[in-house]
Amino acid sequence: MQGNAMSLHERTIAELGAGLRRGELSSVELVGHFLARIERLDPGLNAFITLTAEQALRDAAAADERIRAGDPGPLVGIPIVHKDIFCTDGVRTSCGSRMLDSFAAPYDATVVARLKAAGAVMLGKANMDEFAMGSSSETSWYGPVRNPWDLQRVPGGSSGGSAAAVAARLAVAATGTDTGGSIRQPAALTGITGLKPTYGRVSRYGMIAFASSLDQGGPMARSAADVAAVLRVIAGFDPRDSTSAEEPVPDYTAALAEDIRGLRVGLPREYFEGGLTAPVARSIEAAIQELRRLAAEPVEISLPNAPLSVPAYYVVAPAECSSNLARFDGVRFGHRCADPRDLEDLYKRSRAEGFGAEVKRRILIGTYALSAGYYNAYYLKAQQIRHLISDDFRRAFERVDLIAGPTSPTTAFGLGEKVDDPVTMYLNDIYTIAANLAGLPAISVPAPMADGLPVGLQLIGDYFGESRLLNAAHRLQQVTDWHRAVPPMAA
Amino acid sequence: MSLERADVEKIAHLARLAVSETELEEVARDLSNILALVEQMGIADTRGVAPLAHPLHMAQRLRPDAVSEGDQREKFQSIAPLIEAGLYLVPKVIE
Repeated sequence: MQGNAMSLHERTIAELGAGLRRGELSSVELVGHFLARIERLDPGLNAFITLTAEQALRDAAAADERIRAGDPGPLVGIPIVHKDIFCTDGVRTSCGSRMLDSFAAPYDATVVARLKAAGAVMLGKANMDEFAMGSSSETSWYGPVRNPWDLQRVPGGSSGGSAAAVAARLAVAATGTDTGGSIRQPAALTGITGLKPTYGRVSRYGMIAFASSLDQGGPMARSAADVAAVLRVIAGFDPRDSTSAEEPVPDYTAALAEDIRGLRVGLPREYFEGGLTAPVARSIEAAIQELRRLAAEPVEISLPNAPLSVPAYYVVAPAECSSNLARFDGVRFGHRCADPRDLEDLYKRSRAEGFGAEVKRRILIGTYALSAGYYNAYYLKAQQIRHLISDDFRRAFERVDLIAGPTSPTTAFGLGEKVDDPVTMYLNDIYTIAANLAGLPAISVPAPMADGLPVGLQLIGDYFGESRLLNAAHRLQQVTDWHRAVPPMAA
Repeated sequence: MSLERADVEKIAHLARLAVSETELEEVARDLSNILALVEQMGIADTRGVAPLAHPLHMAQRLRPDAVSEGDQREKFQSIAPLIEAGLYLVPKVIE
């Protein structure tokens, strides 16, 4: 069991599970291995906001007990990391914000509780754009996350800490959240696999709200098979989330190996325009060629309203954000300013000190869009466009089984390159936002690298079609090795 | 739609967000740029299109009107900035 290929941090969830059950290794040993890697590599990445090493070793010991008692659960003893947007009982849940720097959540999010019950071991909380608002993980109060492939570049965002941790082999898998691309885009930019499930598939209870009609949690890992194993645990109805879907959860792992011969793959014309850079285009072409070799059938389609997704999103998301973030008022929890003159001063200064520039911009845009006299021009118009976009997809899925295209128009960009220009930053999400507006599931899987940097192929599925997405991604990963590329710093 | 300093002051008040004098100019410019992006929505013909508020056509779920949570006041107040005798303290609002 020597050599790089068999290193503990290179193994899949299934391989680790088998090793644990055969008694070849213990969860305590596994967790110790990852904690040592974090100690060595994270100072250069800043992927973690909070490390819960002691608790992780205790949980690992408990997992080892469960395994000895014959527990067959696939995640028992597997080290994971949670995006710091998921509430963790008694552990700081900062959401990347000064506002919640001192906030130890008083309860577990459903996603956290389910993974805990399944025996997964939390190593810590991952860094992220403040309140999940960003596409580069640079807006965090705790400083920017760096891309393991090039420390001078961003890992994407907002789940950039989760992505960097998985890509650098600091955790086996991670949770993320995706409101406009925040799982898929960082997965693409760091060379991992990330799935945004159908809206309502994964409970939002205890997931700090940004834009409630768009937010959806999901898994990030190094392969579709690992993503499937985590999704199986976190998906499913939760009475504590009023928009949780009462749909049965299939065995995603069992469906991975199905044949994809004859699968109709839609290629939307609009996804190969809009600032798509040549190296990314070539990489996506190569990935689609590989799907063709697996006997999938490419079909040209059009999503004519897709280019309107960014403008519509920057009304819907800020509007919902301005409403959700009204709860941060310095009274019951979170940051409070010193010596308030009166109640209004308490609200205004606590919020001004607690929130960073991007969060403030979105609160202000949302407040404006919802204010008297502007509602019809902005919010109503955006909701109508959302309907048009949703109809485009409905028509497309009458002809195809899934849709393929790039996740992001570019590879990872430089730190500081776009952070001062909000509109340029927003255009990163030009290919990811439409799936959020329509509530559809979508996955980013590694395509061939371009100029030494990862590229993500995005696959979009029909409602509750996660199985088919994971199946197609897995078949692709069985015949390619793009997802096995290791960042030099993590080797 | 280009926003002026006075517009930003008004929006900031509605959002209960302090924006300093020195920031007003820059915030007005950033917000105006975002609104210019948003206004690309204008090219879509949305006459007669119903607004879509929610991606799934689900009915709002109801539950029995029964107590489901226990009292956790102490736990919740342990993370409050300022409390006294089980109450959250704020500056005086009634003279």
